Amino acid sequence: MKYVVKKISMLLLTLLLVSFLAFLAFQIIPGDPAVKMLGTQATPEKLAVLREQMGLDRPMLFRYAVWLKDFVTGNMGTSYSYHMTVGSMLSGKLPITLTLTFLAFIMIVMISIPFGIYTAKYKDRRISKVLNAVNQITMSIPPFFIGVLFTYFFGLILRWFIPGGYISYETSVIRFIGYLIFPAIAIALPKAAMTTKLLKDIILEETKLDYVRTAYSRGNRTNGVLYHHVLKNAMIPVVTFLGMTLADIVAGSIIIEQVFSIPGLGRLLITSISNRDYPVVQAIIVCIAFIVILINFVVDIVYRILDPRVRGQ
Amino acid sequence: MKKRSKSILAVCALLALTVALSGCSGDKASDSSQIIVGIPQDLEDSLDPHVAVAAGTKEVLFNIYEGLVKPDLDGNLVPAVASEYAISEDGKTYTFTLREGIKFHNGNPVTVEDIKYSIEKCADTSAGEPLVEAYSAITAVNCIDEKTVEIVLSEENTDFLAYMMTAIIPADNENPDTNPIGTGPYMYVSRSPQENFIVKRFDEYWGEPASIENVIFKVCANADTIVMDLKGGSIDMYARLTSAQVNELGDSFHVYEGTMNLVQALYLNNASKPFDDIRVRQAMCYAVNQQEIFDLTFDGKGTEIGSAMFPSFEKYFIEDLKDVYNQDIDKAKALMKEAGYEDGFSMTITVPSNYQPHIDTAQVLVEQLKQINIDATIELVEWSSWLSDVYANRNYQSTIIGVDAAELTARALLDRYVSDADNNFTNFANEEYDTLFDSVIVTTDETEQVKIYKRMEEILAEDAASVYIQDMVEFVALNNKFEGYEFYPLYIQDISRIREVK
Repeated sequence: MKYVVKKISMLLLTLLLVSFLAFLAFQIIPGDPAVKMLGTQATPEKLAVLREQMGLDRPMLFRYAVWLKDFVTGNMGTSYSYHMTVGSMLSGKLPITLTLTFLAFIMIVMISIPFGIYTAKYKDRRISKVLNAVNQITMSIPPFFIGVLFTYFFGLILRWFIPGGYISYETSVIRFIGYLIFPAIAIALPKAAMTTKLLKDIILEETKLDYVRTAYSRGNRTNGVLYHHVLKNAMIPVVTFLGMTLADIVAGSIIIEQVFSIPGLGRLLITSISNRDYPVVQAIIVCIAFIVILINFVVDIVYRILDPRVRGQ
Repeated sequence: MKKRSKSILAVCALLALTVALSGCSGDKASDSSQIIVGIPQDLEDSLDPHVAVAAGTKEVLFNIYEGLVKPDLDGNLVPAVASEYAISEDGKTYTFTLREGIKFHNGNPVTVEDIKYSIEKCADTSAGEPLVEAYSAITAVNCIDEKTVEIVLSEENTDFLAYMMTAIIPADNENPDTNPIGTGPYMYVSRSPQENFIVKRFDEYWGEPASIENVIFKVCANADTIVMDLKGGSIDMYARLTSAQVNELGDSFHVYEGTMNLVQALYLNNASKPFDDIRVRQAMCYAVNQQEIFDLTFDGKGTEIGSAMFPSFEKYFIEDLKDVYNQDIDKAKALMKEAGYEDGFSMTITVPSNYQPHIDTAQVLVEQLKQINIDATIELVEWSSWLSDVYANRNYQSTIIGVDAAELTARALLDRYVSDADNNFTNFANEEYDTLFDSVIVTTDETEQVKIYKRMEEILAEDAASVYIQDMVEFVALNNKFEGYEFYPLYIQDISRIREVK
């Protein structure tokens, strides 16, 4: 119980801090939403009136307090540029970014765990050495560059997908996921390579330990030792890494969304920043922060399942 | 095997999630005609036609809304919501007759009350200034009977009809910001931020109905992939392509060539040193070679303008002004010397980073200005910084931008040079110009009016208000499946004229 209270209060505190910093950032960068809204029709008089209407003439702390009060009571505000409620905008975009993130994450898990085990188990085979080399290269290519290569090769030359031909999940879920496959691979590849290497190294470390020798001496077969003893211990650092990775790809998908023209949270965030559309930016940042913190929370729980020692604490 | 079952579980959970999230899947009938039009930026704006400011929003909303009058292809004003109009002898009273049987997209008939509401909304001064500045001259909007509306002005204004393009919207629409209802050939269906804006043919339209039933305006935020998008078929049409893009297109597209209807110039802040000196401004005009700019950045295409007017406004355009300053480096150097800048000076050209043609132009200008020892540096800024620093606060030295006309009148382009105008972002000041402007808006004789406007353009050229460059060439690509694209003298895209090739 104490643990849950502690976690939740940490979560709230972090969100508060993140939202405040985001709010503060807008005070520093030039440009203001009223100017953007009036565009070329702005006159000092019109600007003053609009600023007053929007409450922009109030001190920053006061505005933050108002925003916070509304946010806590479930009112995320109205977008300055779209005049739509922020809630309705986010609910349309969140599924896109989350699907992309989860697709990428599943790929990371599905690629890295078999390869990690394989390259550790047969570390002396030639194919493992080739895989290690490929791994090293994949790890060092940034996702956006893989994205550009994919667009060119699979999109333009092989025509496996139409670049920029994003299909909304409201039109067809299958084709929607189909379009997200390549962006997801682009995100997943470097991370999968890192996870593979991590898993391989840890398995190799673990197999040198005493308990492994003991397990063999009790007459266990190689596979039994590997899957029942070694892997269980090796998974703990891998889960930590995957947790961090998941948080990282939520944020990283913003760039990939640009490369593949996917109208998800990331694109909305970028345009909202350039439009100085605070309500939308605030909501997206809090939303991403929330997801990241939530992932850490889940990782904690997974630890407890994997490692009885943590459970005891 | 635990791992595998876990991954399978995860995949199932994901699928369940996406299916659940997709909720309603609106399948469209595939036999109805549809066109996907690529747009460079989303309608990040109110959908209320009176509040929307971005040119990109207005050009799309043109398909949804109509005013009492609307522009035709030649730049004439033709009756729209009004079936006819009359202007009183003294130019102070405008009488409009409501078109018989005209309906809004929600099925309700348009009433004179809606007209009164729309005009008064734009004339409302409770927020300081009216939404449409020219409407400050309106003293009354009277509903004479069920089909006649009279607009009374405080002073005569012969240009006023051009401002009657203001959209007529229903008085009872509570959310015009997000729920646009107009009388145009297309009606609003839905929007998804940063993704698309969807409209559908309005079957009860009073005029020639649109040919294509469904129009999807798709946001193509990535300028580098537009040719790919066109070729791959994810968009059918795109306006304002560069000549390089057109060359890559291949032959499965109709390419239409027109002009952008913009006054592109190196705008100089006349209030800042050294541009407060007319000789410096003139020297810069003499240093610039427009044809070289066209050759290097626009495939040799472009229309020299020489003043703040573009050729589509035939009535007002003076072709000869482009020759006031032909490139003459010696003359430019002499003027610089006379002004005391023999060794030149350094200056900054502020350019919004999202407009590649302006950036390209700036790069050529930097080289050309070097010839008279001016050391120019390009500063790229975000659009919102441009709006606040350059346009609103006039805190800049020089900038490259294209200025468009909101109405079909020379005034829309020339009123920004009146010394105390709110939108005079170049801080231009000339007494003769101000006097002429005061007289032109009350002149009832059209020939006389055109003459005064032309004189004003000459002043801008003589005083070298800015370095006027061109009206840029515009290329529109339309998939071969469609035809019928037409250019307007204003910054609008009329989709209703496009039809499928049978």
